[in-house]
Amino acid sequence: MDLKFTDATAHEDERDAVDRLIGEAHSGWYGGERDATDHRMSYGGHQARSERHLVLEALHAVNDRVGWISPGALNYIGRRLSVPPADVYSVATFYALFSTAPRPKRIVHVCTDVACEALGAKGVCDTLQARLGPPGAASGWKHSPCLGVCERAPAAMAVEAGDPVVEHVIAPTTADDVVQALEVGPATLAAEASPTMAVPQAGDEGLILLRRVGRVDPESIDDYIAHDGYQALDRALEMGPQAVVQEVIASGLMGRGGAAFPTGRKWEATAGQPAQPHYLVCNADESEPGTFKDRAILEGDPFSLIEAMTIAAYATGAVRGYIYLRGEYPRSYRLLHNALHAARKRGYLGADILGTGWSFDLEIRRGAGAYICGEETAIFNSIEGYRGEPRTKPPFPVEVGLFGKPTVVNNVETLVNVLPIMELGGAAYAQIGTEQSTGPKLFCISGNLVRPGVYEVPFGSTLGEMIELAGGVPEGRTLQAILLGGAAGSFVRGDELDIH
Amino acid sequence: MTATHERTPVEMGMPVRLVTLSVDGQEVSVPEGSTLLDACTAVGEDIPTLCYGDTLTPKNACRVCMVEVEGSRVLVPSCSRKVTENVVVRTDTERVRHSRRLVLELLGSSVDLSTTPHVEEWMAEYAADPGRFGPPAPEDLHRDVHEPGEHHAGDGSVAETMEQPDKVDNDLYVRDYSKCILCYKCVDACGTQWQNTFAIQVAGRGFESQISTEFNVELPESACVYCGNCIEVCPTGALSFKSEYDMRAEGTWNEDEQTQTTTLCTFCGVGCNLTLHVQDNTIVKVSSPHDHSVGHGNLCIKGRFGFQHVQNR
Ligand SMILES: Cc1cc2nc3c(=O)[nH]c(=O)nc-3n(C[C@H](O)[C@H](O)[C@H](O)COP(=O)(O)O)c2cc1C
Ligand code: SF4
Ligand code: SF4
Ligand code: FES
Ligand code: FES
Repeated sequence: MDLKFTDATAHEDERDAVDRLIGEAHSGWYGGERDATDHRMSYGGHQARSERHLVLEALHAVNDRVGWISPGALNYIGRRLSVPPADVYSVATFYALFSTAPRPKRIVHVCTDVACEALGAKGVCDTLQARLGPPGAASGWKHSPCLGVCERAPAAMAVEAGDPVVEHVIAPTTADDVVQALEVGPATLAAEASPTMAVPQAGDEGLILLRRVGRVDPESIDDYIAHDGYQALDRALEMGPQAVVQEVIASGLMGRGGAAFPTGRKWEATAGQPAQPHYLVCNADESEPGTFKDRAILEGDPFSLIEAMTIAAYATGAVRGYIYLRGEYPRSYRLLHNALHAARKRGYLGADILGTGWSFDLEIRRGAGAYICGEETAIFNSIEGYRGEPRTKPPFPVEVGLFGKPTVVNNVETLVNVLPIMELGGAAYAQIGTEQSTGPKLFCISGNLVRPGVYEVPFGSTLGEMIELAGGVPEGRTLQAILLGGAAGSFVRGDELDIH
Repeated sequence: MTATHERTPVEMGMPVRLVTLSVDGQEVSVPEGSTLLDACTAVGEDIPTLCYGDTLTPKNACRVCMVEVEGSRVLVPSCSRKVTENVVVRTDTERVRHSRRLVLELLGSSVDLSTTPHVEEWMAEYAADPGRFGPPAPEDLHRDVHEPGEHHAGDGSVAETMEQPDKVDNDLYVRDYSKCILCYKCVDACGTQWQNTFAIQVAGRGFESQISTEFNVELPESACVYCGNCIEVCPTGALSFKSEYDMRAEGTWNEDEQTQTTTLCTFCGVGCNLTLHVQDNTIVKVSSPHDHSVGHGNLCIKGRFGFQHVQNR
């Protein structure tokens, strides 16, 4: 495209970061060296613009390498992907993890959200303010919304740009840890607590969704298979796609991402759309303050999500799946990345899955710090490389979704429920929970409690029962108030414990 | 010759099905594909709109046009929702009025709406009180520095505003984003919907959002080609001709004294229509009729700004 750029040019490492993502520039038209042939030939059109969806990934690449997006780097991304610079800028300035102003390589995001505030975040910030100055690019530490590790509040995430970038979640954090991350580097901090820490029930009998957490090695596909992994996929492949959808309808499974929409109906509607291809998106943006249930699965049992997504794709005719993972989950990213490779190598993903002739593959797309991207249409814009602004509905995603095609969007927890549905059958699954709300449910409990964490209980449990599971408030303290839900939740008093 | 003449086709368009619906108890039939706004207009309802543009795809950004639709849990933007058979629409319920009042109050408290047509009437009609959030915050000199996610919570003593310095960086037009409601119309007109120049976009997020070039470079450094098609669609006067801007500053701008004459642009053979706005025998701005089949309200720099030679007397 005939785009106009300012004169700013990218540095060597900025170019390298982008080139490693999308390959070398093969002509002056794409940001490479201009040579004589470029004067006689022009490239552009749909082919060039079809890489638009890599804008966010390219911004990540530069931000990870140098810590911020310079005018030269921005121009280079625009040229390489045929996207106008004003447009790249609009994307770069939408996401909180990116900076379009120069800043040091080391940045620490300090959580000041509900659970952390209840456990001393303010004290941490006051000390940091006194020692390092006010938050911002100059001092290296910034305020952050919930980082999704509320069970270990107060939390922070340290990032050191470089090759490779170092990302380290510090939880619980102290002001000393933050200063150490900034002055000596996040790599020198103690290793993060094990993922199992988030699940106090880990290893208990009778768990369904969390049954493997703490028992299985999240890095090993062999261990996953040894713990009944991929049996649900076998069942699904035996049944055929329509039967899988029928079982999910019979199970009464409702979405766990917030809107409680019946999953089976969503799948059926998408499967029946004539427009092709179909896509599957897993919503792993989990940014609601106080919510970390999806992370418990992603880190404790990552293969289960991949298996569940494979089944969902099979049932809905999706050719490609995307896991949209919030940018603040570096360990989840690493574990999922590893799991994808392992699954592909064993023939559970890719061409001709398990010799069935059916093909499907998955990729992870990282968010970059924007709560709104968890909204199901904002997620499409973000994956497509735009600002994460919601789209107008109708049309709904089942008709016009990702890249304008029929798309199923499901939450992580919703998807992993498909495994027990395949294993038990829809009708047996529907016996769990209540008549209206079937199945097991994950609850996140954090704050001043003895055992904060993710708990699996059948639908219908009371608030009091859950607080009891979490060990109640520590000795000598009394329960004063509970926030139900996150940013848009409501407070109840300490004596209103019989709420379901 | 005669034979050819007789065979000249008469343009009849495709036959359209009519859709019948009810608006405030009145039955109305409109062509399939019309919006609820079209249907409301057809029965004489005057629905306020800001981000809606007759030459643009609805963006649903401002939410001032909301109506109640029977069976819908939420209010519905009338400017984009298509009519369906037998749908029951209400434009004047307490819920609709409440929603419009709030939208107008929030916009009015944060944006300078002094040059937005009809706003005064709407404020009165919906009893909106934009002043209730407190006195406006002073001008912000850092609105073009974007730190998404970094919230600087106020103390509640003043109402947040878009107040910022005007951008006067070229001789042709001025960007006064203190008057901007972030309706995206200029972005769409500059982008894929008309001009395909992509000089401007929305930068930043939430209340810190701004229409901006890359890194806020000045227009002459940006991709802008001064077609002025963004000015044509801007509903608030945030974008205006330098001539209008200067006259307003001098206090000489007077729309009642202006005449509008639509004529053909003589610069090339495309056939765009120009509407010359003339005050005191001087062209003070140029617009273009939106219903004209050649340009749909769009011009190039010559048609839009190349009028000085006419008045070099
Ligand atoms: C502002 C906003 C944020 C949201 N964030 C999330 C999120 O982080 N994760 C999620 O699964 N759903 C989120 N949702 C709900 C999604 O829009 C969508 O309903 C859900 O992903 C569908 O999956 P489900 O049917 O499996 O629940 C959010 C919705 C809104 C309006
Ligand atoms: S004058 Fe034309 S090119 Fe310049 S910003 Fe406006 S619409 Fe875009
Ligand atoms: S400058 Fe005008 S057209 Fe552009 S977003 Fe603001 S109000 Fe809308
Ligand atoms: S990690 Fe701080 S509130 Fe969730
Ligand atoms: S005019 Fe309909 S949403 Fe703005």
